[in-house]
Amino acid sequence: MVENRPGLTFFAHAVLVAGVLLVAFPVYVTFVASTHTLEAILQVPMPLWPGDRFWENYTQVLTAGSTKGSKAAAATMLVNSTVMALVIPLGKITISILSAFAIVYFRFPLRMFIFWMIFVTLMLPVEVRIIPTFKVIADLGMLNSYAGLTVPLIASATATFLFRQFFMTVPDELAEAARVDGASPMRFFRDVLLPLSKTTMAALFVIQFIYGWNQYLWPLLITTDESMYTTVIGIKRMIVGGDATNEWNLIMATAILAMLPPALVVLLMQKWFVKGLVETEK
Amino acid sequence: MEKRVVFRSAWLPYALVAPQIAITVVFFFWPAAQAVWYSFQLQDAFGLKTQFVGLQNFAALFKDGNYLDSFRVTAVFSALVAFIGIAISLLLAAMADRVLRGALAYKTLLVWPYAVAPAVAGVLWAFLFAPSIGIVTYVLKGFGVDWNWILDGDQAMLLIVIASVWKQISYNFLFFLAGLQSIPRSLIEAAAIDGAGPTRRFWTVVFPLLSPTTFFLLVVNVVYAFFDTFGVIDATTQGGPAQATQILVYKVYHDGVKAADLGSSSAQSVILMFIVIALTVVQFRFIERKVQY
Repeated sequence: MVENRPGLTFFAHAVLVAGVLLVAFPVYVTFVASTHTLEAILQVPMPLWPGDRFWENYTQVLTAGSTKGSKAAAATMLVNSTVMALVIPLGKITISILSAFAIVYFRFPLRMFIFWMIFVTLMLPVEVRIIPTFKVIADLGMLNSYAGLTVPLIASATATFLFRQFFMTVPDELAEAARVDGASPMRFFRDVLLPLSKTTMAALFVIQFIYGWNQYLWPLLITTDESMYTTVIGIKRMIVGGDATNEWNLIMATAILAMLPPALVVLLMQKWFVKGLVETEK
Repeated sequence: MEKRVVFRSAWLPYALVAPQIAITVVFFFWPAAQAVWYSFQLQDAFGLKTQFVGLQNFAALFKDGNYLDSFRVTAVFSALVAFIGIAISLLLAAMADRVLRGALAYKTLLVWPYAVAPAVAGVLWAFLFAPSIGIVTYVLKGFGVDWNWILDGDQAMLLIVIASVWKQISYNFLFFLAGLQSIPRSLIEAAAIDGAGPTRRFWTVVFPLLSPTTFFLLVVNVVYAFFDTFGVIDATTQGGPAQATQILVYKVYHDGVKAADLGSSSAQSVILMFIVIALTVVQFRFIERKVQY
């Protein structure tokens, strides 16, 4: 700060506190709603202080879902979301680091062609090829399966580019030394590149964990079986109609459960999260 | 830039790229090619007969008032999301850059909405704004505003804009804060010595220096509004009322999955692909510039 202006500093704090409250408000109301009976919430205005139905509501959604909408238990949905949120980043990191290694450390005839093939996938998000991709999954018999939920989302140009960019900064001397010592390419990869890539992998993992956990359109299309719902889909399936017909207390309890794991990952791994966010966009 | 030192193997590089290429071909290229192929075809209502119709699907789309309206809705929606999101985040980041005490705490308290799924963000705000039971609706009624986004198209649009912006603030905030912190202090000090107050310094020194970040965020936010907000819309308005919130991506989904109009939906997918390609080119052009800058 270049000058001392108490008024301005106070203003800055006021704006920031207002921002924080504005950002937190919907989540607070959601939490409050998840601790009341449905009757209490349907009153206008609804209470703004937590109620005493915390255990009842959360036990209900975790074991049995809602009574009017989807009856998928949130416990199962959380497992499904976790599978998506772990398999997608791990799969992405694995296939991307291997292809980046090949593209950077080898010269082979189709190299540039493959590089461009991977690049072009940036321009084909799921949203623009919904129906044909659904058909491919259906033809392969992968509907309502973990493979169907995860494998199509694993290929990623950004992760490959990120590793490629990182490998470019690794000094040539390391590869040279490895070759002089007679190490095979895979030995060099395992003993030199992998340990060096740890921070890049951690950053990528955090971002992709959130990406996997929050997937919406894809699971919505390919899961019809309640036992395969992810948490985010489950919430949508619990909403059955107009305002008063929904069991808002249960929907909100599920919403809290859906937000908690990725929010914790962001908060606890904030350093990796920020690094991942900034680097994947470069 | 190329590596000087490389390994030699006739088969290893192919084995290494094989998993990624296999997934890319099966789940990206093949479906994309099929989308292009379907877009030239017309299917009868039962999906029994298909007929090659050339560009007829595209021609029909551009004569279809609903489709053109969807373009307008998407433009309004992404402009609002990008503009409001960037303005709020820039304000918060400028303030966070100014305060000495508690800067880290503010950052922590502002970044977590990034973790919330768009669909969940939609449900949260839809609950707050619910026409009969919502708490914000109740407050608005106190001010004499009759709020019902289920019937009023403009209010429905406002709802999805608010939910989408809320989720994106943390992302914009982090980039602006990083941008602000990379501006050399000496420039700010020089301006202060020359007698420029905080507001003047912001608009004449800080804001122009931030323009690469702002432009980058503009592109990212437009892409976000085009594609990632699908969840927000599907969980709240579902494109309604009367298609007032039906953005292009939602229409592809609606026509293809709900209305089962394969030809038209595929033609829309192809048009969207061109839009993505254009946006990607803009993004990469800009990044070229950022490297030099």
